[in-house]
Amino acid sequence: MRTFSKITMLMVALVLMASLISCGAPKAATGPVTIHVLTMDQAGLKPAEIDQIARDFEAQNPDIKVVMEYLGYDFVHDKITTGMAAKPPAYDAAMIDVIWPDEFIKAGYLLDVTDRVTPEMKSGIFPASWNGVTRNGKVYGMPWLMDVKYFMYNKDMLEKAGFTDPPKTWEEVTDQAKVIKEKGVVEFPITWSWNQKEGVTCDFAVLLFGNGGAFVDADGKPVFNNDKGVEILTWMKQTVDDGLTNPSAVSSDEMAVEADFLAGKSAFAVNWLFQYSDSNDPSKSQIVGQAAFAPMPVFKAGADAGIKGSSVDGSSSFAIMATTPYPDQTWKFLTYLSSNEVQTKYSAEMLPIWKADFEGDNLEKLKAATPTNPVTVPAFLAQFPYANERPTVPYYNEASAALQLAIQEALTDVKSPQQALDDAAAKWIELAGK
Amino acid sequence: MTTKAIRLSQRRYSLRQKDAQIAWLLVAPSLLVIAGVTLWPIITTLVLSFFIAPTGINQARTFVAFGNYLEMLQNPAFWDTIKRTLYFTIVSVGLELILGLAIAQLVHSRPWGWKFLRFSLIIPWAVPTIVNGAMWRWIYSADFGALNGILLQLGLIKHYVPWLTLSSAAMNLVILADLWHTVPFVALILQAALAALPEELNEAAAVDGANAFQRFWHIRLPLLRPAILVALIVRTVEAFRVFDIVYIITSGGPASKTITISYLTYLYSFAYGKQGTGAALSFLISIFTIIMAIVYIRFLYRPEETQS
Repeated sequence: MRTFSKITMLMVALVLMASLISCGAPKAATGPVTIHVLTMDQAGLKPAEIDQIARDFEAQNPDIKVVMEYLGYDFVHDKITTGMAAKPPAYDAAMIDVIWPDEFIKAGYLLDVTDRVTPEMKSGIFPASWNGVTRNGKVYGMPWLMDVKYFMYNKDMLEKAGFTDPPKTWEEVTDQAKVIKEKGVVEFPITWSWNQKEGVTCDFAVLLFGNGGAFVDADGKPVFNNDKGVEILTWMKQTVDDGLTNPSAVSSDEMAVEADFLAGKSAFAVNWLFQYSDSNDPSKSQIVGQAAFAPMPVFKAGADAGIKGSSVDGSSSFAIMATTPYPDQTWKFLTYLSSNEVQTKYSAEMLPIWKADFEGDNLEKLKAATPTNPVTVPAFLAQFPYANERPTVPYYNEASAALQLAIQEALTDVKSPQQALDDAAAKWIELAGK
Repeated sequence: MTTKAIRLSQRRYSLRQKDAQIAWLLVAPSLLVIAGVTLWPIITTLVLSFFIAPTGINQARTFVAFGNYLEMLQNPAFWDTIKRTLYFTIVSVGLELILGLAIAQLVHSRPWGWKFLRFSLIIPWAVPTIVNGAMWRWIYSADFGALNGILLQLGLIKHYVPWLTLSSAAMNLVILADLWHTVPFVALILQAALAALPEELNEAAAVDGANAFQRFWHIRLPLLRPAILVALIVRTVEAFRVFDIVYIITSGGPASKTITISYLTYLYSFAYGKQGTGAALSFLISIFTIIMAIVYIRFLYRPEETQS
C-alpha cells in the first residue's frame, strides 16, 4: 500500500512536470493568425473607433484576427520595451510616437518596411509624415496620425471679459488673462500640461520656438539654456505666481488639461486636436460650442525675429516589430488602418495623412465630412506648417527626462531657471558623449 | 546494544533514508519550477549588473565589473533617492506600527461591533495597490478632489490647493495613501498575536496595582515583540521597495521629489533602456533591505520568546 501510493505520487508529479514543460511549446500555425497591436488611448482615434476598424478589417480578411490593446500615452513606450523582451514579442505592431524611432531603431525593434511601401503610398502621403519614420533612407513605419499642439480658447469667456479677438502674442495672452481673472470670469485663465512627463517638454517646445529659441544648435549642442530658453521658463513661472496659470498645471497631463477646459475652468488651453471634438461632445463637455482655435501665439521677441508661428509635432506612426512571426499580416492591417478610406471616414478625430484630401474638391468634401471639420481642417492647415521637431536622438527619453526635471525644479522654486536649464544641458552633453 | 537492536535501528535508518529519497523525488519538480522562475532570473540579473547592457535585440554588452555599482554609489541623485526612500519607509512603517497597534488593541478589547470592525479592516488591504493609487490620485486632484472639497467645506482652506504640486506635501500624501492600504495588515497581525497572549499576567499586574499604561508597556508590548518583529521586517522591506503607488499618484514628481529607489530602477531599466544599471540598482536595493533585516533581528529577535 505504501509503495503503491509512493508510485502514484511519483506518476502524478511527473505528469504535472510534463504539462508544465509543454506549456512553453509553440503552437503550430494553423487556422487564423492573431496579431496583437498596441496603441494609445489619448490623441487620434478613440478605442471604440479603432476596434470598429479592426472588426471591418477582419470581415475583409477572415484569416487574420486583430487584438488591440490601449494604454495612456505615457505608458506606451515602456510597454513596447517590455513587450519586445518576449519571444515572440508581445506585440506585432505598436504606435510609435515621433520621438521614438531613433531609440527603437538602435534597439533593433522596428522592421525595415522600405520595400513594402508602394509608390502610391510614397507620393500620396505628406512628406512630413514620411520624414518622421525614415532614417538613412530606410522606412521603419506606416504614418498614421499628424498632430500638433493647438491654441484653443473659450469664445464666451473672452466675450464676457470684453475681448473680440483672441491674443496673437503670449504677452497679449497674459494681458487678456489678467482681465479675465479680474472680472471674475474664471479663477485661473490658462492651463497647461506641465507634469513631469513628456507633456511639459512639448509645451516647452511650443514656447521655446515661439521665442526664437531652439533645443540644439547646428552641431547638436544644447542651447535651450541660453537667454531665450531662460526667458520662457521665467515667463512660465511668472504666470503661475501671478495666478494666471492654474497651479495644478505642475501635476497635469494633457487629459487633465482637457478636463479643466471642458469643465469651463480655463479660458485658454494648449492641447492636441482631440480636445476640440471632445469639447463639443455633450456627454463630456460643459462648454459645447464655446471652444475655438487661434494660431498658436508667439513671443513679441520671436515675432520681431521673424517667427510667424510655433507649435510642436506630435505625429505618430505604426511600426511592425522586428521579431514578429507575422510581418505580412501585420503590414496588411497597418496599411488598412492608414488607408485613405478609413482615414476620411474618421476625420473628425484625426485629419488624414493623404495629400489629395486637402486639394480642390476633396478639400471641400473633407471640410463637410463631419460637423467639426469646417473648423479643424483650416486650423490644421494653418498650424501644421509651423510644427517643430524635438531632437531626434536615440537617448531622447533620458534627455527629455532631464529637461522635465529642470522645468519642474524651476516651477517649484527648487532652482533658478538658469541653474535648472544649465544642469539639464550638462546632462544632455553627458548623454551625447556616451 | 544487542545485535538485534543494532540491526533494527539500521533497518529503521535505511527506511528513513528511502523515505527521504522518495520525498526529494516528489519535491524535485516544484523545486525545478522555483529554480527556473526565481533563482535563474536572480542569477541572470546579477550577471547583467556587471555589464553595460542597452535594451534591444542583439545589443552589444560591455563588461564593466562593478562599474554600474560604482556609478550609482557616486551619483548624488542616487543618495537623494535613498534618503527619500528611507524617509518614506521610516515614516510609513512607524505610523503603521502605532496605528496598527492602536487598532489591534481596540479590536482586542471587544467593543460592540468588534467583529464588523475586524472584517472591515480587510477591505482597504484587499483593494489592489493600483486601484488604491488611482483613487487617492482623484482624492488629491487640484480641481475635482474630495480632499479639497472637504477642507473647503470645513473652512480649513479658502480655495482649492494643488496638493500634488507642493514638493513638501507630495511625499507625505503618498505616505497617507499607502497607510490607508497597509495599516490593516499590521493591525490584523498584531490583533492575532494579542489574542494569543495569556491574560493571567495582565490580571496579576492589575491586582498588584499597575495602571493600564504600565500593563501595556511592561507586559503586553514585550510579549508582542515576535509579532512586531514580523510586521516590522515585512513592512520595512515592502515600504523600501514601494513602486506602484508612486507610479500612479505622482509619477515621481513634482521635480522628482517622490522618486523612490524602485522607481529609479524602473526608469533606468525601461524608460532609459539601461538594463545593466537597472540590474545593479535592484541588487543595491536587496543589499539595503538585507542590512535592515539584520539590524532588526539583532535588536529585536529573542529566540527564547518564540518558543513559548
